[in-house]
Amino acid sequence: MHDQFDLMTLIFGRLTLDAIPYHEPILVATFIMVALGGAAVLGAMTYFRLWGPLWRDWITSIDHKKIGVMYVVLGLIMLLRGFADAVMMRGQQAMSFGDSHGYLPPHHYDQVFTAHGVIMIFFVAMPLVTGLMNYVVPLQIGARDVAFPFLNNFSFWMTAFGGGLVMVSLFVGEFARTGWLAYPPLSGILASPDVGVDYYIWSLQIAGVGTLLSGVNLIVTIVKMRAPGMNMMRMPVFTWTALCTNVLIVAAFPVLTAVLAMLSLDRLFGTNFFTNDMGGNAMMYVNLIWIWGHPEVYILILPAFGVFSEVVSTFCSKRLFGYTSMVYATIVITILSYLVWLHHFFTMGSGASVNSFFGITTMIISIPTGAKIFNWLFTMYRGRIRFELPMLWTMGFMITFVIGGMTGVLLAVPPADFVLHNSLFLIAHFHNVIIGGVLFGMFAGINYWFPKAFGFKLDVFWGKCSFWFWTIGFYFAFMPLYVLGLMGVTRRMSHFDDPSLQIWFEIAAFGAFLIALGIASFIIQLVVSFKRREALKDFTGDPWGGRTLEWSTSSPPPDYNFAFTPLVHDNDTWADMKANGYQRPLDGFLDIHMPKNTAAGFIIAACAAVCGFGLIWHMWLIVGAAFVALLVSTIVHTFNYNRDYHIPADDVVRTEGERTRLLAAHV
Amino acid sequence: MPGTNVPSSHFYVREHHPENGTLLGFWLYLMSDCLIFACLFATYAVLGRNYAGGPTGAEIFELPVVALNTSLLLFSSITYGFAMLMMQKKDLAATMIWLGITGLFGAGFIYFELAEFVHLILSGAGPQRSGFLTSFFSLVGTHGLHVSFGIVWLITLLFQLKKHGLTAANRRRLMCLSMFWHFLDVVWIGVFTFVYLMGVLP
Repeated sequence: MHDQFDLMTLIFGRLTLDAIPYHEPILVATFIMVALGGAAVLGAMTYFRLWGPLWRDWITSIDHKKIGVMYVVLGLIMLLRGFADAVMMRGQQAMSFGDSHGYLPPHHYDQVFTAHGVIMIFFVAMPLVTGLMNYVVPLQIGARDVAFPFLNNFSFWMTAFGGGLVMVSLFVGEFARTGWLAYPPLSGILASPDVGVDYYIWSLQIAGVGTLLSGVNLIVTIVKMRAPGMNMMRMPVFTWTALCTNVLIVAAFPVLTAVLAMLSLDRLFGTNFFTNDMGGNAMMYVNLIWIWGHPEVYILILPAFGVFSEVVSTFCSKRLFGYTSMVYATIVITILSYLVWLHHFFTMGSGASVNSFFGITTMIISIPTGAKIFNWLFTMYRGRIRFELPMLWTMGFMITFVIGGMTGVLLAVPPADFVLHNSLFLIAHFHNVIIGGVLFGMFAGINYWFPKAFGFKLDVFWGKCSFWFWTIGFYFAFMPLYVLGLMGVTRRMSHFDDPSLQIWFEIAAFGAFLIALGIASFIIQLVVSFKRREALKDFTGDPWGGRTLEWSTSSPPPDYNFAFTPLVHDNDTWADMKANGYQRPLDGFLDIHMPKNTAAGFIIAACAAVCGFGLIWHMWLIVGAAFVALLVSTIVHTFNYNRDYHIPADDVVRTEGERTRLLAAHV
Repeated sequence: MPGTNVPSSHFYVREHHPENGTLLGFWLYLMSDCLIFACLFATYAVLGRNYAGGPTGAEIFELPVVALNTSLLLFSSITYGFAMLMMQKKDLAATMIWLGITGLFGAGFIYFELAEFVHLILSGAGPQRSGFLTSFFSLVGTHGLHVSFGIVWLITLLFQLKKHGLTAANRRRLMCLSMFWHFLDVVWIGVFTFVYLMGVLP
């Protein structure tokens, strides 16, 4: 027995050279590409001496604007990975019929669809949403930063390191083969003895802590740090949706933390939460994970609704129709999102009464959502609509999302769900709302706020290419799945026998190809815009004729956001200021109190990631060391009482004077 | 009236100091923690009678020890309250003494809990034995883990009090730990009632 406990096992745990998938040509090719790309980036960073600025200005930065940008960059990078998984699945399903078994063996295919779901929800949609909220909310409420700037940096790094662990699983070991929610007993130790599920658990636990803390942070920011005069019913709608989303985060993510902790105890110590024997109950996992999971989809969609509200009123140049009903619709959705989780498993035998209750609550959610759609339509009605990029994405959303919403109501009917559950109809439905809702919302938001963040607009031609490829590609990729689902084709299959189905999968693969062009166009859009940045420059700080406070400051905003805190008299504060003769203050500036950068967030999150990696591979020595390091670095950080500094009034005078000159020269 | 003569200072304030949000933020964190406990309580409610042929609560719970343990924790809340009173009187030494006593009560609580756990595991009633014991150990153990972190925090805070005195930052930290400590007390009352008292019922 004692040779199991030798030093090598303590250090390396289950990790051996066999865990490196050098016998999988797809992964080897991917690794070579990643390694070459990584080496090129690292080389360029060294050549241009960017390490110092990267560390000082970004990694250790606690400026909400920079953290917001980093979240969005993280989300976009992970989008490429998640989309690569999607293309692999579409390709496999289009060719794997009859005698052909495609190019992905089942054990690899199962990892691909699991990774796709996990990455797209946790490491694409969540960072994009959190990034936009981080960037925009303090500006919209006239604040200089979030309530807990250090915590903000720490939250970001926890999310980033969680995503990093998922990426590591590509080349060291493997990822879960369980589907994105890892139901036991399949995810239990008996059916999944290897490290895949452990990668899943620990990457989500680490990222989950970050998400939870960022939720607390933004709630306190919105509740405590609004500019004077901005009462709750004068908050911009995006800030309202951000508030509701963060309430949902704080009320839902602890459940995820708890249920994943239970699963990991089952796997590590042989406890009996979700086992089939010894008094465990696997259904409890399904209930608990969906008590987190259903609010999660509203966590993603509510900020997108907020973006559309801002975009519609800006590009129709009028006040949002039905502000109050918009706010109450958001609140009602927030509450109802807790009362519908069981619709994810109608077929698991809860009985007619329970199913009816959850079916009805699910259908009720479509009422406030429909109210929002009508509000946007009525805002457009008799508005002077400018068909700029954010507005295109918004209109694409309104059509696409309504279709997804209607198929959702179909699925909410329990008897229909008995036929459609676990089928491609469901897959089509949730991609319909997540792509058509969340993703289109994020693209609308990125196109809308990009000039605020970087000082120049995004290129219109490539933006339109991206929009049309995405939208048309979406319909090609997912409408066939509705058809297949109605024919009874189930999800997560890597091979089919019936050749009559193949044409639908080929159409879907074509759709995925169009979406790939959409993503490529977006990347080209970024590159082209950067090259044409002088021509696209925004000197005013208000390139769209905006209505909320973020447009009252320069693009990009100074570190301190606002030289003086705005005083709010109206819902559309900036529109009110413009209409009523606001003059930029030119003198009398004071010192500004700001938080100082710190490396503590990065270091603590790195310790957590090492600890997580050790837990995945049972490297107990490393787990212990990393945990002690985590504790010690946290305690050391609490001994730092000197966390603020003042931007001297002279610097403010210089920054504001520079802006005055620019405005005089160009506007 | 666009462009009329509203003075521009109508639209901004020269100095603005937003309220400190630490206590609200900490409350929100506590509520999220409360949800973790809610999940563990719910799990105990589902699994608490799944004995799988193993021991029942009535067979393994020793109520006198648990009662002693409960009183230790309740007393620690009272002594923390005294520490806060002393803080308000700006009496640093007394604050630190009461905090120290609180920490000792907490340590006593952890000692008896660990003794109970060791005894149970050695007598074959470990967390792997049944769904009941799994949910029991995870609920009580999570609470114990929180108390342990509270003690680490309390010791850290003693050093910080010694170094900086009762500054505004330290008073805020004392308030946060106070909320944390009382919260754990409230959770324990739930554990004591729901797990131990109801557990010994037939």
